[in-house]
Amino acid sequence: MLSETFAFGDSPIHRLDPRLRVVLAGLFSILTAILNRFPAAFFAVFLALVLIGASRLPVRQVLSRLAVVNGLVLFIWLVLPWTFEGTPAVEIGPLVGSWEGIRLCALITLKSNAIILALIALVATMPVATLGYALHHLRLPDKLVYLLLMTYRYIFVIETEYQQLARAARIRCFKPGTNLHTYKTYAYMVGMLFVRASARAQRVHQAMVCRGFSGKFYCLHEFAFKSSDWAWSSAMGISLIVLGGLEWAPIV
Amino acid sequence: MHISEGVLSAPVLAGGAAFAVAGIAVGLKKLDNDRIPQAGILAAAFFVASLVHVPIGPSSAHLILNGIVGLLLGWAAFPVIAVALVLQAILFQFGGITSLGVNTIIMAGPAVLGYYLFTPFIARSHTTAMAGAFACGFTAVLVSALIAAAALMLTGEAFLEVSVALVAAHIVVMIIEGIITMFCVAFLKKVQPSMLQIG
Repeated sequence: MLSETFAFGDSPIHRLDPRLRVVLAGLFSILTAILNRFPAAFFAVFLALVLIGASRLPVRQVLSRLAVVNGLVLFIWLVLPWTFEGTPAVEIGPLVGSWEGIRLCALITLKSNAIILALIALVATMPVATLGYALHHLRLPDKLVYLLLMTYRYIFVIETEYQQLARAARIRCFKPGTNLHTYKTYAYMVGMLFVRASARAQRVHQAMVCRGFSGKFYCLHEFAFKSSDWAWSSAMGISLIVLGGLEWAPIV
Repeated sequence: MHISEGVLSAPVLAGGAAFAVAGIAVGLKKLDNDRIPQAGILAAAFFVASLVHVPIGPSSAHLILNGIVGLLLGWAAFPVIAVALVLQAILFQFGGITSLGVNTIIMAGPAVLGYYLFTPFIARSHTTAMAGAFACGFTAVLVSALIAAAALMLTGEAFLEVSVALVAAHIVVMIIEGIITMFCVAFLKKVQPSMLQIG
């Protein structure tokens, strides 16, 4: 089932102004994504862990999330060290792993996890609706915010509808396997999902028009920038400067 | 298909973001206010459908469906896919902020391509439409994999083998997407042809 695992909680991070959190997450991600040095990458992971700590999220769930999203990183570990030319580090049969390849993989792993952790701490800790309002205040195009809120509003409804279709198929003894019948069944279920979604969209749109919807999206939610927000933004600002310093300062 | 955070180089990320913004701008321009509920709820349906896992031998793969997204939405596929990726990033952390642009191009570029290449076939007779739909689903995933591979290659030549492996790993997925797209289009043609913009 879909759920916003981390969105609700009570912690210094959950109380921060959502606009600030979105901006900080953006700055941190961009800066970390272009890092190339290990001290900077380790510092990025450290910062991300501090943010996770401050957001008081259940450690086990955060870890299980990380395990899932490290798929491509694992894939890169399986291929890159063995194909990257350089000083040999390990030999397994005909395969030679190079230090340079391992170094690149390690760097990618650190950066990737730092960014994901920061994303969990800063952005996944707000409901998507709040994110929509924050993006609206950050001057994203109206239509895009409206599309995001509309999609978010209906993923849970449509998911229930899919569960209903899947249950109906199960009751009729549908057992998924690797065969044409299975793919056909799934294709029809997905097709039915689209047909129902489209019919629902028509009803929703008519209901909105009946209630005076004229194509403009009004956001009544106002955010306040508090003193704790100033404190966090200065602390994070300094940390990001240190992070940049670790990357771009000339090596002594 | 996602490229994780922290893998690609700055110029590739920036280039991907720039193209994605352009595509989203075109898509939003072509999407009137009246069609946003339609696009939003269809986006929700794609989001849910992409969580469906279909078995492949002992393993399984989740559906991608960007071929059908293109056929149903045309250029609106860009903002719709971008929104779906934002939701995936927030709800499951598949992808993040910096790779959002590149990932949008990977998914939405082939969707729009499929819309231009294969829509003419869908309106024709049953066999032609089925073949066109299969080709649409197959090509969409193929082009997605190629764009992802290109993004990795542009980051560094060290990623050559990773890119090749990535495309190879998706060949079975391409066939399955083709089959699913084919049956799904056949279903929609029977049940609600107006959705395919062919009346």
